[in-house]
Amino acid sequence: MLIRKPGDIRPSEITSESNYINRRDFFRAGAIAGGSLIASSGIGAVIPDTRLAKLPNVAKSTFSTDEAPNSFEDISTYNNYYEFGLDKDDPVVQAEHFKTRPWTIEVSGEAEKTGTFDFDAFMKPFDLEERIYRMRCVEAWSMVIPWVGISLAEVVKHFNPTSKAQYIAFETLNDREQMPGVRRHSLDWPYREGLTIAEATNPLPILAVGIYGNVIPNQNGAPIRLVVPWKYGFKGIKSIVKIRFMSTRPKNSWNMAAPREYGFYANVNPKVSHPRWSQARERRIGAGLFAHKQETLMFNGYGEQVAYLYKDLDLRRNY
Amino acid sequence: MNTLQQIRFFWKPLIFLLCLLPAVLVVTDAFEITGRLGANPVEAIQDRFGNWALRFIMITLAVTPLRRISNWNWLPRFRRMLGLFTFFYAFMHVLTWFVLDREMRLQDIIEDLTERPFITLGFVAIVLLTALAVTSFSAIRRRMGKRWQALHNMVYVIGILGVWHYWWQVKKDISEPLIYAAVLAILLGSRAFWRWRRRPQLAQ
Repeated sequence: MLIRKPGDIRPSEITSESNYINRRDFFRAGAIAGGSLIASSGIGAVIPDTRLAKLPNVAKSTFSTDEAPNSFEDISTYNNYYEFGLDKDDPVVQAEHFKTRPWTIEVSGEAEKTGTFDFDAFMKPFDLEERIYRMRCVEAWSMVIPWVGISLAEVVKHFNPTSKAQYIAFETLNDREQMPGVRRHSLDWPYREGLTIAEATNPLPILAVGIYGNVIPNQNGAPIRLVVPWKYGFKGIKSIVKIRFMSTRPKNSWNMAAPREYGFYANVNPKVSHPRWSQARERRIGAGLFAHKQETLMFNGYGEQVAYLYKDLDLRRNY
Repeated sequence: MNTLQQIRFFWKPLIFLLCLLPAVLVVTDAFEITGRLGANPVEAIQDRFGNWALRFIMITLAVTPLRRISNWNWLPRFRRMLGLFTFFYAFMHVLTWFVLDREMRLQDIIEDLTERPFITLGFVAIVLLTALAVTSFSAIRRRMGKRWQALHNMVYVIGILGVWHYWWQVKKDISEPLIYAAVLAILLGSRAFWRWRRRPQLAQ
């Protein structure tokens, strides 16, 4: 029998997205007025450009799981990042000299505010939070990762998408010089991903800039990457240079490569089997050679927070 | 010592130990003496045994072409041992899948065998390979007569199945399966070539 751990957040604690944003505003106002219940600095996110430097002003989050995080070594040496090689131990070596400054992010499409922003300017309006999330790879393994990042919902709100914006699309840097994997046609570069606006404005997704309180390692997607904890890991696009608000569904790389294996939604779903891997159970990295696999949870255990997004969707067809 | 004795008492034990080395390294890496198995040790063990099974079937299939080119007529004396090492590594690969990956859950195993074609292929290959391994004893060989060679010609089919199994398993980049496929094509192609050259000539 599957004994379900209690969710991170009870339904009574989450309400609508608008209430959520109001609540954040309330907290922020309180922090500015009275001091530091929440460690929001009011000066916004400042990201040091030194490798693995400590990130200042990181607030805790109620969205974090209390499961034990994986070791920094596991998180930073077992990576799927095809731009830096196809084996999981390639990126840690091949991304070592990857330059993450200067870095610009181009925001375009159906939004009031668009333009090309320097990374520091892009980050400035937002607050850093630690989010300890489960990460479930489509290859049937999982980790627990203490990310540091900014709320994607806040980012979307900041750029003020128009009513035409139904989707948000992301692109990874496509640099043949720095990324040896790009010289091989393993995928149709640049790497692309996307979410619906409804998904992007859910409070869970973040744009991560750190791990374990420090600047995110290159091999994990520095300087900024997407984390969507209820979806398979390949949705978490790395080293983002473009964000586009779109009225039509954007392409996503793995779906382009093998549409029968990888969908657009890619929600973690133990009931929808994959041609290569049974998705019913997962191997928790770091649990040891003889540790048993664990049951995979619907939406990676984040159903209470995200199931409403898919109530009218056939998840077997929209995998 | 004559040449045969040298092979039997020196070269064979030496090659045997050498062939065992990849398996020893899996164990010593697991204990982090010689290296590491990384964040996902089960996957690492499975991949290593699988890769070595493919390498050993290539080495085994290289014996005949190599002897033909070099005239090293002692080479086939190592063939049975090399073939049995192919079986050993393939068996360890399957055992890792069965015990550590699928955790001996019958339902998972049946799902894998029926719903994942690359596993079906691999399973056919290991069944055939087991048949060759158990009939590898000299006494059985003698008793089987001509049928023995017919059965053991299945090694070519096993080679193709093994590479095909790897090709289908790979998520995206087929460069490594492609290398095995190229080597296998050369090994099988050379046999086809010799057969064609030795074909009975029609009288002019």
